[in-house]
Amino acid sequence: MKDLWIYDFTSLTAAIESWLESTFPPFWAVTFEMVIIGLAFLLFYALTGLILVYAERRICAFMQNRLGPNRVGPWGVFQTIADFIKLLMKELVRIKEADKFLFNLAPFIVIIASFMAIAAIPFAKGLHAIDFNIGIFYIMAVSAMGVVGILLAGWSSNNKYSLIGAIRSGAQIVSYELSVGLALLSVVIFSGTLQLSEIVESQADAWWIFKGHIPAIIAFVVFLIAATAETNRGPFDLAEAESELTAGYHTEYSGIKFAFFFLAEYMNMFIVASIAVTVFLGGWMPLHFWGFESFNHIMDFIPPVIWYLGKTAFVIFLMMWFKWTFPRLRIDQLLTLEWKYLLPINLVNTVIIAFLTMMKWHF
Amino acid sequence: MEEITKPLTGLEKEEEYFINMGPQHPSTHGVLRLVVSLQGEIVKHLDPHLGYIHRGIEKMCEKDTYAQIIHLTDRLDYLSAHMNNEAICLIVEDVLEVEVPERVKYIRTIMAELQRLNSHQLWWACMGMDLGALTTFFYGLRDREHILDIFEETCGGRLLLSYNTPGGVMYDLHPNFQQKVKDFIKYFRKKLPEYDRLLTGNVIFQNRTKGIGILSKEDAINYGITGPSGRGSGFSCDIRKKYPYSAYPYVKFNEILREEGDSLSRYKVRIDEMWESMNIIEQLIDNIPEGPHTAKMKPVLKLPAGEYFQRVETSRGELGVYIISDGAKTPYRVKFRSPNMCNLSVLDHISRGAKIADLVAIGASFDFVIPDIDR
Repeated sequence: MKDLWIYDFTSLTAAIESWLESTFPPFWAVTFEMVIIGLAFLLFYALTGLILVYAERRICAFMQNRLGPNRVGPWGVFQTIADFIKLLMKELVRIKEADKFLFNLAPFIVIIASFMAIAAIPFAKGLHAIDFNIGIFYIMAVSAMGVVGILLAGWSSNNKYSLIGAIRSGAQIVSYELSVGLALLSVVIFSGTLQLSEIVESQADAWWIFKGHIPAIIAFVVFLIAATAETNRGPFDLAEAESELTAGYHTEYSGIKFAFFFLAEYMNMFIVASIAVTVFLGGWMPLHFWGFESFNHIMDFIPPVIWYLGKTAFVIFLMMWFKWTFPRLRIDQLLTLEWKYLLPINLVNTVIIAFLTMMKWHF
Repeated sequence: MEEITKPLTGLEKEEEYFINMGPQHPSTHGVLRLVVSLQGEIVKHLDPHLGYIHRGIEKMCEKDTYAQIIHLTDRLDYLSAHMNNEAICLIVEDVLEVEVPERVKYIRTIMAELQRLNSHQLWWACMGMDLGALTTFFYGLRDREHILDIFEETCGGRLLLSYNTPGGVMYDLHPNFQQKVKDFIKYFRKKLPEYDRLLTGNVIFQNRTKGIGILSKEDAINYGITGPSGRGSGFSCDIRKKYPYSAYPYVKFNEILREEGDSLSRYKVRIDEMWESMNIIEQLIDNIPEGPHTAKMKPVLKLPAGEYFQRVETSRGELGVYIISDGAKTPYRVKFRSPNMCNLSVLDHISRGAKIADLVAIGASFDFVIPDIDR
């Protein structure tokens, strides 16, 4: 059973690679590989974006006593596709006083940052584009680049609302980056590696959120809060607070450029959810309990991709849940939460985790 | 919220950084334009610019008969349409010394309280939305729909009722009215605690409103802040208690007063007023006396020459109507003392030193209806 390609992608990818290398000269083989991976990611990116937008609209409708999209296609599943076609055909409004180059560049920076982060995520055994030895570090560095795009968008629009939104967003993302980093560091200490595939392998018997005692749970909760803040979502959507700043940094964008920001927001949500899953919830590893051999065996039958996507969907649902329940924080309260509460808790937590690991008290 | 005491230095002295909130802005609920002068995110002062929805209602009243004016008053504070109508009717009935049937008094009071409930539900919905909790909006509107259906059945209109006429009400009650109101009260008594669970108890909501936009009792009196906003500062100003009209003398209810004067206390006053409104309706709904739904009135109403004033408690405060008549069938001059206009006047005073986000919270807690400000 374990040899089936759905459980282990290494043989499949190796077969494709060896075929390419035997048929083409080395340069072309690598080029084709890159093109295939690029296309696959592009397709995945677009598809995930569409599904997430649809899911968000259905879930929030469900929480608000509404029906949500239900006209285009069965249960309205084609609604987002119709919306994106509309956005593609819309006129791109040109702003006279805007800094044209930066204004056009900003959405691409935002979307490229989220695109690059996907590359390092392990979707299943052997199913990842690059398996770095500094995987987590790479994802954090790349996804933090998005803030540059947001700042540029706010600055170049020549709009006061956009500028305030961008300043807020800058302060917010830079602050919460610390908490995200420290929360991830806790598992890095536990597992002793930055490589994402090895972190996943280390959770084969149980996930870190169960193995790491209470500190791991604290780190997970802190990560969830900080990651939501970093994606400018939920109760932390100050950068685009529509009741204060109309739409914040993307007020002046229209058509496909707006769609880029929109898509990037949802993909960032997907990325932070996948990091949370990979690091805390065992990545593509099935749910195992010590001592329940038959239960563990049944769990093994569910393919890793399903495990991975299911867990990611759960984390995304959590993030949508509190977005549609809580009111928005104020900017000073947001920064207070980070610097006075999350960061000290996190620092102490990291020290405790280091101690636990040193004494080998974790499972 | 801290006061800006330090003198400004450098560039800020020469050039003020201001943003226009409105005329088109999501949190002003209409075409209100606030020119907000900022220092970073902190509001230095703000300047409301009015007139974007000015329709000259006071002037239009001068060429309409008294029965026609009622339909204009709907368009002042459209969420207190019934109370606005009532103010004009009360003046005409008072001056012409018409004996209004008891049934009319009961109907008017029940309708007014239903209108107050409906208005507060919409306010609650919008307050949550302004603070970023979008779900509240749909919960508020869900419950408001029941009241609008009741209105539609009896009055014909859902928002602009025009149900009152001088001497009575336009039509008699629909046969379903009593049962439907009772069902609604039963339903809403279960739903109102849900409002508290979703929003009032939320830590983020409390932090956003507690101690924000503090209005002292003295300032409330000086600026003439009435209604729930004034009562949130401890200013006892309920016209229903002080100058009872219609069926209010027959019912027992509390005037909700809170001392804190911040956005949260204004919020809590409104929530408690919803409970009180339900109490008032429950006391009246089973005891509506039989009788005609309107008194006999002359076809053409002429007020004798003189000056008349009447006030009613709308959902946002005290509405005063001042009419000068020269004995003709149309008034010589009409002046409305609208609650929202006076409530807006204090916004600059209490939002200095607050942040932009606080300004939104303060505005939401005052519950402005812009057509009432501009008229």
